[in-house]
Amino acid sequence: MSGAAQPVHRDAGFIRTYLWSTDHKVIAMQYLFTGMLMALIGGFAVYVFRMQLAFPGESVPLFGRVSAGQYNALVTMHGTIMIFWVAMPVLLAAFGNFLIPLMLGCDDMVFPKVNRLSYQIFLLSAVVLVASFFVPGGAFGGAWTAYPPLSANATYNLTQHGATLWVVAVALEFVAFLLGGINFVTTAMNSRAPGMRMFDVPIVVWMIVIASILFMASVGPLIAGAVMLVFDQLLGTGFYDPGTGGDPILWQHLFWFFGHPEVYVVLLPAMGIVAEVIPVFSRKKLFGYRTIVYTAVATGVISFFVWAHHQFVAGIDPRMASLFTITTLIISVPIAEMVFCYIATLYGGSITLSTPMLWALAFVAEFLLGGVTGIFLGAAGADIYLHDTYFVLAHFHYTFFPIAIIGAFAGITFWFPKMFGRMMDERLGKIHFWVTIVAFNVIFIPLFLTGAAGDHRRIFDYSGFPDLATPGLQSLRITATMGLVALLAIQPVFVVNFIRSMVRGPIAEANPWRANTLEWSAASPPPHGNFAELPEVYRGPYEYSPEDRDEDFWPQHVPDVSPAEAAGIGGVR
Amino acid sequence: MISWYVAQASSYAPDVDRLILLVGLIVGAFFLAAEFVLVWLIFKFRARPGVRARYITGEKTSEMKWVSYPHYLVLLFDIVIVAAALRVWSDVKIDLPPGEEQVRIVAQQWAWTFVHAGPDGRLDTADDIRTVNALNLQVNRLYHYELHSKDVLHGFSVPAFRLKQDAVPGRAIVGWFRPTVTGEFDIQCAEICGIGHGLMPARVHIRSAEAQAAWMATAPRMPPLPFVTPAAAATAGHQRAHR
Repeated sequence: MSGAAQPVHRDAGFIRTYLWSTDHKVIAMQYLFTGMLMALIGGFAVYVFRMQLAFPGESVPLFGRVSAGQYNALVTMHGTIMIFWVAMPVLLAAFGNFLIPLMLGCDDMVFPKVNRLSYQIFLLSAVVLVASFFVPGGAFGGAWTAYPPLSANATYNLTQHGATLWVVAVALEFVAFLLGGINFVTTAMNSRAPGMRMFDVPIVVWMIVIASILFMASVGPLIAGAVMLVFDQLLGTGFYDPGTGGDPILWQHLFWFFGHPEVYVVLLPAMGIVAEVIPVFSRKKLFGYRTIVYTAVATGVISFFVWAHHQFVAGIDPRMASLFTITTLIISVPIAEMVFCYIATLYGGSITLSTPMLWALAFVAEFLLGGVTGIFLGAAGADIYLHDTYFVLAHFHYTFFPIAIIGAFAGITFWFPKMFGRMMDERLGKIHFWVTIVAFNVIFIPLFLTGAAGDHRRIFDYSGFPDLATPGLQSLRITATMGLVALLAIQPVFVVNFIRSMVRGPIAEANPWRANTLEWSAASPPPHGNFAELPEVYRGPYEYSPEDRDEDFWPQHVPDVSPAEAAGIGGVR
Repeated sequence: MISWYVAQASSYAPDVDRLILLVGLIVGAFFLAAEFVLVWLIFKFRARPGVRARYITGEKTSEMKWVSYPHYLVLLFDIVIVAAALRVWSDVKIDLPPGEEQVRIVAQQWAWTFVHAGPDGRLDTADDIRTVNALNLQVNRLYHYELHSKDVLHGFSVPAFRLKQDAVPGRAIVGWFRPTVTGEFDIQCAEICGIGHGLMPARVHIRSAEAQAAWMATAPRMPPLPFVTPAAAATAGHQRAHR
């Protein structure tokens, strides 16, 4: 229990209810909608620069001609926004806030006001970032990795204000997620329902908690690095300036010491969402629950020892690369085992391909390709050639698109009935799913090929490179852009489905998917305070199709009684 | 696989390509097997009326073998890949075979300057030849390069050589290559370096010994620049001369 008394229900008014609320569900929706709005900006940016790559020098509809400076700014903002202002808020903050108290059976986060502050700082960070588009010189264009000296010195990057606003926005965003992470970890440790042991906690909560710990443990050095970068930019210090005794490579170590765990900070919540969806729609107990928890912890620990694989050719001592090749390949072991567990869960199941399940299975199918292509890059000898090519970009998007987009859609379509008390339209959901998945592959398979052919990243026009400016490679670039246009063009179907279902969808019962975890024992949508009566827990979260029961599910909150009696009172309490 | 797209123009290019092929075969087989099992399970265990799902915890040893055997296989293949990758890495980046000639590469926003040793085969003498955006090499000759940057990070990348190395201001990074075919190939900047990042194309010209001698005889001698003379290079500091 979270110690807090049951909140007094009174008519609080629009601002108190939706904008200044301490209710974890409202804060989750604030994060979700802010993330989705930022995704529109990130999506527009990629539309503009991919059009420039497919049709160099042509005027892009809705934008105009793209200059080299604008191109760099758009590339930078696309990466920054999609990682820090879409993947993080949606996967970690929105699902973390929505699910943790509901799945643990408590009424709210342990620190509701800290939670509210977390979103407010996050919103401020988004405003600062978006504002950087409109300052003199425009938005920062030194890539989302912001390597100095380029990022540290306005005479090099030509975006004096944009560069500083970028660093400030990222630092503010980190503060917001630190506050959120404190809440997630504390709530999971202290506010579980009576009877819920750590190994009765649903995998998605485990994953969000482990991700929060990873984030909190890795972000400190980068915040220090960001402060030094701002000092270099504004005060003329030389932390990263070799001319005054600094070292530009220092930033890369600080950035990637955070940046690689960050991959797992967003991967683990997505893996958690998939772990909730697959058992429900295959009516199967999750295969190897404890193995999955242990592999997630192992992945988290190892992720602190792989960062320099981003820097093989950056000027670090080449002997160090040998060490990081070994750690990088070792991390494939726990991640592969986790994926094997997910696949094994399907064995002996009774699989229904409803929209959330399609997304969850697509996550596994697509993430596999992202995972195996990472081996090329972790193998130092192969990375010499593939580093900073489109092969890296395609690999990265085969991991991050499943994480941030496919995983998020799996979660949204799965918990939509709980969030809004209404069902989404399955037909629109499936149209949206299939077009999105096909378009996604049409974008990035060609980019693996252009990368293998030597296309290097962040180039706004390949016409200066005779080996790259060939009709064959250009047609691959055009194919990728067409895939992107199709991907963006289908998203309104999701938006329409989302909004229409929110307003007019069929009313959802408390447990429409016949699932076991505690959030499905609350009303849809749960009121402020979540549960009419705080639940008790009698078993683990994945007791599907137990042999001695008629029902093919056995909710966590239903007391242990004989099967005959259980059949009488089973289902929603 | 890479040689379908890009010529192999250095002594280590075939090694890098073989490594990429090896990794491709191993992870490709793994990927296809995993996808096949995934799709087969989805099809085989689709919901059918009257058929109930089975209760399997995955906590028993007899069940765990289905994930632990593939997982030992992953470990085994990881070891194979690490061994192969580090051999190539060591050849290209750690070992420094004795060089026959030196070439100095200086990156800046947004151009490459190449300082060739000239007929005497030594840098920092009066017959050095300085060119912009054109690197001139003799085939089958082992070069040591000395990579500098004047301002921000740049990435010296020659896809046909399978060589990539960032240039870091304040450091002189040393490495090697030996061109094996004559011809002309792209040089790229592979590290974002500002608004002109896409406008830094250069070419490497690889010639036979005779053609290279002829080029040296006719190449215009430009006056030495402060930065690319030994004094300035020494100030920049020869840190990290990797060996």
